[in-house]
Amino acid sequence: MDEIRDADMVSGKVIQERYLREGMMPHIFCSGCGLGNVLDYVLWAIEKEGLDMEKTVFLSGIGCSSRIPGYIDADALHTTHGRALAFATGVKMTNPDLNVIVFTGDGDCIGIGGNHFINAVRRNLDITVIAVNNYIYGMTGGQVAPTTPVGHIGTTAPYGNIEYPFDMSKMAIAAGATYVARWPVYRPNQPINSIREGLRNRGFSFIEMMSPCTTAYGRRNKLREIKALWDFYMENTVLREDYEMTMKFGSDREKEAVANKIVIGVLHRETKSTLEDRYYEMVRELME
Amino acid sequence: MKVDMERIKKVLGPKKQFIHGDHALCYGALLAGCTFYGGYPITPASEVFEMMARLMPKVGGVCIQMEDEIASMAAIIGASWAGAKSFTATSGPGFSLMQENFGYASMTETPVVIANVQRSGPSTGQPTLSAQGDMMQVRYGSHGDYEIIALAPNTIQETIEHTIKAFNLAEEYRTPVHVMIDGDIGHMREMVTIPHDIELVERKKPKVPPEEYVPFGPGLYGKKKVPEFAVFGTGYKTYVTGLTHNEHGFPATDDQEVHDKLVRRLCEKITDDREKLTDYETREMDDAEVALLSYGMASRSALGALNQARKEGKKVGYFRLKTVWPFPEKAIEELSRQVDKIVVVEMNLGQIYHKVREYSHCEVVLSGKIGGEHHSPNEILAEV
Ligand SMILES: Cc1ncc(C[n+]2csc(CCOP(=O)(O)OP(=O)(O)O)c2C)c(N)n1
Repeated sequence: MDEIRDADMVSGKVIQERYLREGMMPHIFCSGCGLGNVLDYVLWAIEKEGLDMEKTVFLSGIGCSSRIPGYIDADALHTTHGRALAFATGVKMTNPDLNVIVFTGDGDCIGIGGNHFINAVRRNLDITVIAVNNYIYGMTGGQVAPTTPVGHIGTTAPYGNIEYPFDMSKMAIAAGATYVARWPVYRPNQPINSIREGLRNRGFSFIEMMSPCTTAYGRRNKLREIKALWDFYMENTVLREDYEMTMKFGSDREKEAVANKIVIGVLHRETKSTLEDRYYEMVRELME
Repeated sequence: MKVDMERIKKVLGPKKQFIHGDHALCYGALLAGCTFYGGYPITPASEVFEMMARLMPKVGGVCIQMEDEIASMAAIIGASWAGAKSFTATSGPGFSLMQENFGYASMTETPVVIANVQRSGPSTGQPTLSAQGDMMQVRYGSHGDYEIIALAPNTIQETIEHTIKAFNLAEEYRTPVHVMIDGDIGHMREMVTIPHDIELVERKKPKVPPEEYVPFGPGLYGKKKVPEFAVFGTGYKTYVTGLTHNEHGFPATDDQEVHDKLVRRLCEKITDDREKLTDYETREMDDAEVALLSYGMASRSALGALNQARKEGKKVGYFRLKTVWPFPEKAIEELSRQVDKIVVVEMNLGQIYHKVREYSHCEVVLSGKIGGEHHSPNEILAEV
């Protein structure tokens, strides 16, 4: 795939005119929020891949992240909390010609929607999921999520979170996703390329975007300034390639330094047939 | 997905058959043009799913097992927006899980059909036995103000016919429609004639170009309170949300007027047609002094009681609701002016009984039976 570079970017104005719903503005996102970046990256990826917006359906659950499809000029189902993937299964199985893109938050995806998530991954429908991980329940004001790191403060963990968090991307890999990538929002090119690859991949593609929530998360965790949150992500992540090299060839000290970091990059690729292909193959045979 | 009626008839087989109530739901669904079933197994509704799993791929439709009933309901709503007539069946515990998305379907005006093969609760209750325990849950189970359409057939033949009717009403009103049977109708077998000359209602699609289309505005060439439905992928770019939305589908969550207008329209599109939707059957009502009022399976016990009472020379009549929701207020009011007493016969501890009382001017008593057994004629006549 031709990697995207800064010079290839069309202007934001073009993206805005081509893809955004004027009637929905102004948007609801706080200043410092990463959701605008995520929306940008997805639209750039769509532009680069030349997706037909009349044949593209966006779905989402409930939460700040799930409000993204509202700003895109396309068919969309803003569904119930945690259930978007179950709705998406109905859409894609009914009309496999539609491109199906799902936006979800960490609480939406693996909190309330955890069972729908692992089962949707297992089925391997050809859909692309953009999971925005802000490590907190943003929309409801900062309660802890199943992703919140141990020791961090949420309104429902005022003395610090004592539960172990989930790693969404690892869950996606374990459940059988065919493409999995994780990127912090401060890197534009890599996520755009991953979203493009996810859109091209015939199968369940999962892109986890680490996105800052200064209002509900940063504020309570000494990461109020957007720069502090971005630095926090920068200090606590390691590229998959670097991680693997360190683990293979590094000294004990170097290994120790990366052992607890969040691994980012393209984390998994595999090829297998999709549910809709297998289903309609069966239909063809039975209808002969 | 195009429906090939000839193929469907071929797949369903001979015109006269001895079939199971659960299977009658499937036959009705196929004949109505259903192309999507999403389900989760539960007694006594599993046979619906198992039959759909056999039939759907043979007619080009989809049948998929979801991870729970929340997901089955979600999947059939998604399927409906992608253009399918979609269907699921369940029983009490699953019906409880579906409530969240029933509300979503009402709010987003999504045509879907749900069959409830009722068993007794609360909770897991009596999985293999019959009850009419969800007659109130179907009406009020989800949060907020909404109206619902629910039909209650009492034979296997009528189960086929009501299922077809449910699909038609779902399309006509853009709303979820429920077929309320119970474990015994679901599991009993009767001779049926598969209807071949069926009138089907198809979804009204917008005729205006996308830039003029108002997805949740007034209907332009059908019912005024039912907007035309633009199937996903047809260029209309509809934003669908369960949040309070304006006519364009955009969230307007803190606007009292928008909410009031939307929710009133959603209710009125059904209640305006209450008379038209009212459907009941009467027997021996001309000289009746006491009416046995029932619906679904309990009406078969009421019929036994009616026959016995008439043999004994008692002036008893029979009044059976075929459509339970929207509630036939006027018909009940008229009935209560005609008789001295109404005995409501139902397999619960009085769900429709209270509704009947609300609109009656005569004495109303309950003959309620639970536990999975049916009323004996004497039990019913004891209330007469
Ligand atoms: C069934 C249900 N339970 C609870 C809520 C309230 N609720 C709305 S958004 C939300 C949390 C969303 O968090 P997340 O998915 O992480 O998304 P974010 O807002 O952080 O993007 C909750 C609990 C709801 N809408 N529905």
